[in-house]
Amino acid sequence: MKLKILAILTFVSMVFALYMIFIVAPRESTQGDAQRIFYLHVPLATFGYVGAFLLGFGSIRYLMTRDSKWDRLGHAAAEVTVAFITAQLITGSLWARPIWGPWWVWDARTTMQVVLYLIFIAYLMLREFVPEGPKRAILSAVFGLLAMIDVPINYLAIYLFRTQHPQAVISPGGGGLDADMAKALLASFVAVTLLFIYLLNRRLAIARVEEEINYLEQIVLAHE
Amino acid sequence: MKPVSAIIFKDIAIELRSKESLASMIMFAVLVLVVFNFAFESTGLDKSLVAPGSLWVAVSFAAILALNRSFAKETDNDCLQGLLLAPLSRGELYLAKVSSNFLFMLIAEIIILPLFVVFNALNFDFRFAEVIAIVFLGTLAIAGIGTILSTISSNTRMKEVMLPVLQIPLTLPLIIAAVESTREILMDDTGQVSSWLYILAGFTIVYLTLSYLLFEFAVED
Repeated sequence: MKLKILAILTFVSMVFALYMIFIVAPRESTQGDAQRIFYLHVPLATFGYVGAFLLGFGSIRYLMTRDSKWDRLGHAAAEVTVAFITAQLITGSLWARPIWGPWWVWDARTTMQVVLYLIFIAYLMLREFVPEGPKRAILSAVFGLLAMIDVPINYLAIYLFRTQHPQAVISPGGGGLDADMAKALLASFVAVTLLFIYLLNRRLAIARVEEEINYLEQIVLAHE
Repeated sequence: MKPVSAIIFKDIAIELRSKESLASMIMFAVLVLVVFNFAFESTGLDKSLVAPGSLWVAVSFAAILALNRSFAKETDNDCLQGLLLAPLSRGELYLAKVSSNFLFMLIAEIIILPLFVVFNALNFDFRFAEVIAIVFLGTLAIAGIGTILSTISSNTRMKEVMLPVLQIPLTLPLIIAAVESTREILMDDTGQVSSWLYILAGFTIVYLTLSYLLFEFAVED
């Protein structure tokens, strides 16, 4: 029931965000309509870091408590975040093509997002290749923790690497935002946040059922 | 003999008999240096621009070969059980494995580094000594994080594939810092070198400590 209410809220806020983005927000003077991608792109990118935090938090809590719900949190957060970063990379690429020229530019932020993406995919692949059970939960929690510590170090290294090289492009979002633009961004942030919470809860519910099925299978096998 | 040094000597004895890790590491690294030479020969780029990249690709990928063997040989015949029964803490076991992996990588680099200098028309001068120091630190970092990651990957199906998948994204800051500091030294433009060394040293300390603490979970049954 709670999930249903959340789903409706998410839907309504997304429609409202689209209205804000396409109708209320003014047309940007230099970039034109392509700039409207920014309203969706920025919130999506933010959740890459939220996902990294949730993965690290779930991993620490699992190692401390051995409660499988924390393992499920890490797993669900990683999966939803991969979906979000995928969308973020695609929207970024669509924006980059008309504005920068190439589909892809290795600037500090894009590089960081790709590395984050690779770390999450490595985590999910690891889970895929370890047989289900407490062993998998422990190993993925150890990797999740090592990976979370890596995020700030990576950020530092990439930032230093990219800033000492000449900047080929000017980053978007510099300077103040128009009031209507800020409202559109806020609406989009709310919508994307609700979507993240909804998908995360949905994935957690599925993970609980998976675990239950697994447990029942074990019992059936033991009786045969 | 102390248990930690006993494990290191055990690894050395196995390596002296089989020479698996060293042979594969050296061969692989030499192949990387040769391929890089062909890949960038016709671009006419300055050698000292391309060389640092080739060195670190060779070092970090060759390390993965050795690390893959390192825990595979413990799990193959359930030797890990014996190691876990040895009278030492899990953290000490981790340090023993890091030491032997680090040692083998250093031995391989004794061959790789002079070849790197010769292939790239560099000189055996003071800058070479500085590059050696960076390789030493970078190798310690790779051994530190690689040892715990190879323990994790040895529990998976497709062990050999999993290790690079886990290791390369996590060692990226290390590789960036190592390549950049090597490049700055070779080009005599050492403005940023101290920042890179901080990242390199910070990475090494953080991951050695964290892996020392987490290792008991990684080998738990």
